[in-house]
Amino acid sequence: MSSPGGTEHDTWPLWEVFVRASRGLSHLHAGSLHAPDAELALRNARDLYTRRNEGVSIWVVPSSEITTSDPDEKDAFFESPKGKRYRHASYYTEAEGVKHL
Amino acid sequence: MSETSFQVSIGEAFTAEDISETVEAPSKQLAKYAMRLGDDALILAQRLGWWVARAPELEEDVALCNIALDQLGHARAFLSFAGLAWAKTEDDLAYFRNESEFTNAQVFEQPNGDFAQTIARQFVVSNYQCGLYIALQASANSTIAAISAKAAKEVDYHRDHARQWMLRLALGTDESRKRIIEGLNVIWPFVDELFRDDELVEGLGASAVPPSSLRADFDKATLEVLARCEMEVPQGFVARGGGRQGIHTEFLGPLLAEMQVLARAHPGATW
Amino acid sequence: MAKNTPSFALSEQEALARFDEIIAADERIEPSDWMPDAYRKTLIRQISQHAHSEIIGMQPEGNWITRAPSLKRKAILMAKVQDEAGHGLYLYSAAQTLGIGRDQMTEDLISGKAKYSSIFNYHTPTWADIGSIGWLVDGAAICNQVPLCRASYGPYGRAMVRICKEESFHQRQGFEILLHLSRGSKAQHDMAQESVNRWYAPALMMFGPPDAQSPNSAQSMAWKIKRFSNDDLRQRFVDMIVPQSEVLGLTLPDRAIRWNEKRGHFDYGDLDWDEFNEVLKGRGPANSIRLERRKQAHDDGAWVREAAAAYAARENKEAMAS
Repeated sequence: MSSPGGTEHDTWPLWEVFVRASRGLSHLHAGSLHAPDAELALRNARDLYTRRNEGVSIWVVPSSEITTSDPDEKDAFFESPKGKRYRHASYYTEAEGVKHL
Repeated sequence: MSETSFQVSIGEAFTAEDISETVEAPSKQLAKYAMRLGDDALILAQRLGWWVARAPELEEDVALCNIALDQLGHARAFLSFAGLAWAKTEDDLAYFRNESEFTNAQVFEQPNGDFAQTIARQFVVSNYQCGLYIALQASANSTIAAISAKAAKEVDYHRDHARQWMLRLALGTDESRKRIIEGLNVIWPFVDELFRDDELVEGLGASAVPPSSLRADFDKATLEVLARCEMEVPQGFVARGGGRQGIHTEFLGPLLAEMQVLARAHPGATW
Repeated sequence: MAKNTPSFALSEQEALARFDEIIAADERIEPSDWMPDAYRKTLIRQISQHAHSEIIGMQPEGNWITRAPSLKRKAILMAKVQDEAGHGLYLYSAAQTLGIGRDQMTEDLISGKAKYSSIFNYHTPTWADIGSIGWLVDGAAICNQVPLCRASYGPYGRAMVRICKEESFHQRQGFEILLHLSRGSKAQHDMAQESVNRWYAPALMMFGPPDAQSPNSAQSMAWKIKRFSNDDLRQRFVDMIVPQSEVLGLTLPDRAIRWNEKRGHFDYGDLDWDEFNEVLKGRGPANSIRLERRKQAHDDGAWVREAAAAYAARENKEAMAS
């Protein structure tokens, strides 16, 4: 397990920034930045990542607080859903042509 | 790919260009008032622009630049509006007036000093501008009211930015505390001038806001922050002022010389 | 595609095979993937150099913020220089995902250990230089950067997408400045021509040495960090700016420029690579000024960064206690 970009010690820690582009959408990862604390991280994020009207809401999270899945375990981690096509509507072909289904 | 992860848009707002094209000219008296507001913002933007590529951290470069751009936007709107009274453009007013014709309050022309002094100046002026623009949203002149409505939201953010840094500098290290106390001592003598009424404002009635009416809220807001900062209101010397009449400290001249040098070398040119 | 290897402990050989497979499939490498050391080092070098270039690049233009000749131009220039700070930040963040800290990168920059684009070691004595930087320097940068949006390293590509999107106005505003000058008074026109004369060759050199002398290019292309060769990009740029200079009514200071029917490209003259190498080695007109300024800003800001860190530590402690 690791944190994105959180490998070195800097005077100001690294934060990950998530921006909601407009109401009704999820917050999406926009990038990261440095800030001494959460309050300034939020403000820096506003200044850096919404200069062109890109957002209506912002989340900031210390990079070190993010836990990622282990890339070396990728196969084991993400194997299970493969081959289970019956979870998708496209699997069910017999109903083709029938309306409102 | 992240192409869809953020949307970019221009956003709606009332700009300098709109004003020079669509708005009815103000009376000369109201134009002089708008010029004061514009000069305050322009001189502050010019001061803050210096920080670009000099801020304590890159994130702060971006933050100070945003504030400078907001102020420049306000200046352009007010000066465009004022210029209509004499068939002048924002640039005629910014680049071809002399020092004694600038009517900004003196606090705006005070030097940047170190980061602490810049923050102390921001702390004072953003508190002042906040109260002012909120009140001016109700101006009897619809253009002043419209410019102020946008500006009020923007300077509210400037006030928050200054407050965050006041706290961090005052309560950070011994060094930062010493510096912010010194910075505020340098700036505070110029506070009084911001709240003095004069004939121009009194003659404009409901189009303008008497500065004295903003003082109580300003004191309350600044005291609240200073208390959290464990700082005192500086006492003693009060600057004589006179900025509104074109009397300035020795810092304005060089600022204008730099700002105007190129435009004046090519009178009549367009850029 | 599903793979059969249970991957808890990939051997180095298996990891390399998988890395090569991802590159070959034109997929992206992400921060927590295994990658060869040399790939990581190349990326750190390239991304941090790119970031430093954005940050140092703020100075030659920032030089004119206080003197911009109209309020509109002042606002545009400020927004542009601000974008450069932002772009430096996006790139530093991308580099950080490779395991290098911002403090380290800053240290490498101000100690002179790290390089940045030598174009920023030229002076900007006239306002027209702001036009030339936008038109020629940003124009060249965009040619370089657009292919980088597809760089094999995910965070780099994503930063570049954002940067390219934001930079679309940079070149246009420069072109517009020159157009106004060129069509203005004689003094303004001369100012524009003189500036283009100075910036033309350095802008062409921004694409790096000719392919035959570019030591790192082949490997970077194999890794799909780089997608086109220096000379290909340079040609693309020349083909772009020749017709643009005609619209501007300005002359490019290169007598060898002429359309080559056979090649379907504009020919252009040889460049003075000795000068390029001098500037690269730190003997350009403004190398020491640029670094000194960066160092001073960093040093002058130290007490502020420390104060904010101390405040954050104290608030944290109080939050824990309560």
